[in-house]
Amino acid sequence: MDLFEFLSHGFVQRALITGSIIAVLCGTLGVFLVLRRLSLIGDGLAHVTFGAVAIGLLLKVYPVYVAAPLVMAASLGIMKLIEKARLYGDAAIAIVSSFGIAGGILIASVAGGFNVDLFSYLFGNILAISSTEVVTSLILSAVLVFVVMLFYQDLLSVTLDEESARVTGVKTRLINRVLVLLTALTVVLAMRVVGVMLVSALLVIPPVTALQMKKGFKGTIYIACSIGVVSVVLGIFVSFAANLPTGATIVMLNLFIFLMTLMYKKIHSLR
Amino acid sequence: MSIDIVSAENLHFQYNATEVLTDLSFSLKKGDYLGLVGPNGSGKTTLIRLILGFFTPTRGTLTLFGQTPSRFSDWHRVGYLPQRIVDFNPHFPATVKEVVALGLLSRKQFPKRIGRSDNRYIDQALDLVDIGNIRNKLIGELSGGQQQRVFLAKAMVGEPDILILDEPTTALDPDTRERFFNTLKALNRDKGVTIIMITHDTGTIGKYASKMLYLDKRIIFYGTFEDFCMSQGMATYFGEFSQHLICHRHDGETGSGRI
Repeated sequence: MDLFEFLSHGFVQRALITGSIIAVLCGTLGVFLVLRRLSLIGDGLAHVTFGAVAIGLLLKVYPVYVAAPLVMAASLGIMKLIEKARLYGDAAIAIVSSFGIAGGILIASVAGGFNVDLFSYLFGNILAISSTEVVTSLILSAVLVFVVMLFYQDLLSVTLDEESARVTGVKTRLINRVLVLLTALTVVLAMRVVGVMLVSALLVIPPVTALQMKKGFKGTIYIACSIGVVSVVLGIFVSFAANLPTGATIVMLNLFIFLMTLMYKKIHSLR
Repeated sequence: MSIDIVSAENLHFQYNATEVLTDLSFSLKKGDYLGLVGPNGSGKTTLIRLILGFFTPTRGTLTLFGQTPSRFSDWHRVGYLPQRIVDFNPHFPATVKEVVALGLLSRKQFPKRIGRSDNRYIDQALDLVDIGNIRNKLIGELSGGQQQRVFLAKAMVGEPDILILDEPTTALDPDTRERFFNTLKALNRDKGVTIIMITHDTGTIGKYASKMLYLDKRIIFYGTFEDFCMSQGMATYFGEFSQHLICHRHDGETGSGRI
């Protein structure tokens, strides 16, 4: 099959569009999360997504519709644990994360019969994305990008230093909630691309790679988004050509770009 | 009659049933320069955090521009330079200009935008602390002294009436520290900016500040540096030798050259 024939397939077009959108969202939010040392929140919320998908499959409701509100609630739960119970962020994430995955396993075990569907969410199936999912992703992505643009300066301020941000009148609690809610929505959208197990990779690796390049804050976001899009697009082609799982291929390409960047920096510093 | 910029009356603060601050009363007017000194754990940073509304007093009253800090909303009147940014990542990707611009957010309405019209204020703040030549550098690429001046520019860019600084000179070498103190003194003298500075360097702050507040959970001393150096109470509290060391270590002969 040549490239044009490959691109003419609807499922490939849907995968490319949705995957690129998700990569842009993950790259944007990921820069804020990594710098705020909340990298693991993507992983934790992905585990909650697993439980939410199990509920959706059990109730025979489109899993994204169940996962979105539940994972958003879980993200607020993490913030509550950090603020009210004075837990460290990683401990709060671990508690909510283990609750989500244990719940998912219990539901899958009790209900039975939908384990195959559950596995497609666990490991992602970007080539099976439906037109409805493309439209849902587009709408939610537009909302997310709009909200990030509205709160960009506040997000940057809180990311630099929360205390100082508060003294410049930034409503830090609101901004923290906006950030985790946007992350929750992105995780839910991204689960079809790389799967629940690997979703945090898209949130973390492109931003960490971009941070190596030292190009200013907006520059870092643009680079993170670009790396994400390149790895998703290449991942779709490579996985199709080599008959490999797409989600894992995308993550491996991300890692490859990260390692190449580190090597380039090392060689450059030796000159 | 002008209102007090900061006023505390019989202020108490407990944290987890431990009395951290006991019965503090003091006030600051426009143009005051307060050196807030005291040993570790004396409650200096807690007092700052109460003024900024991060904590609520257990008893007593505390006002900022006549309002309780929890109700205060004119944050453009306050510039804050924290002790050190706890989670500050030395590889933070923002440029100096991007960081300083964040100090203008207190003057912005939602949705907050930094535009070309803000460049004038940013340039002024950068020039004020003499770092206009590094405006496009990444903050992580700067020395500790330069970073500190960037954060001072950020605190100053909104042209606040009061500047609150928590141990701002800890990471600075002696020359940079001297320049930093002179910059602050000029702001205080020329623009009438009220300053509260926490420091462990009692002798140095005495040279610049108009008032000293020595804190050790309660107010041990509140007055001018001259009074501090001549106070028999302080001689008893510190021991005469220590008081002499604090007061007579500058300008070769005497602490501030004023005694």
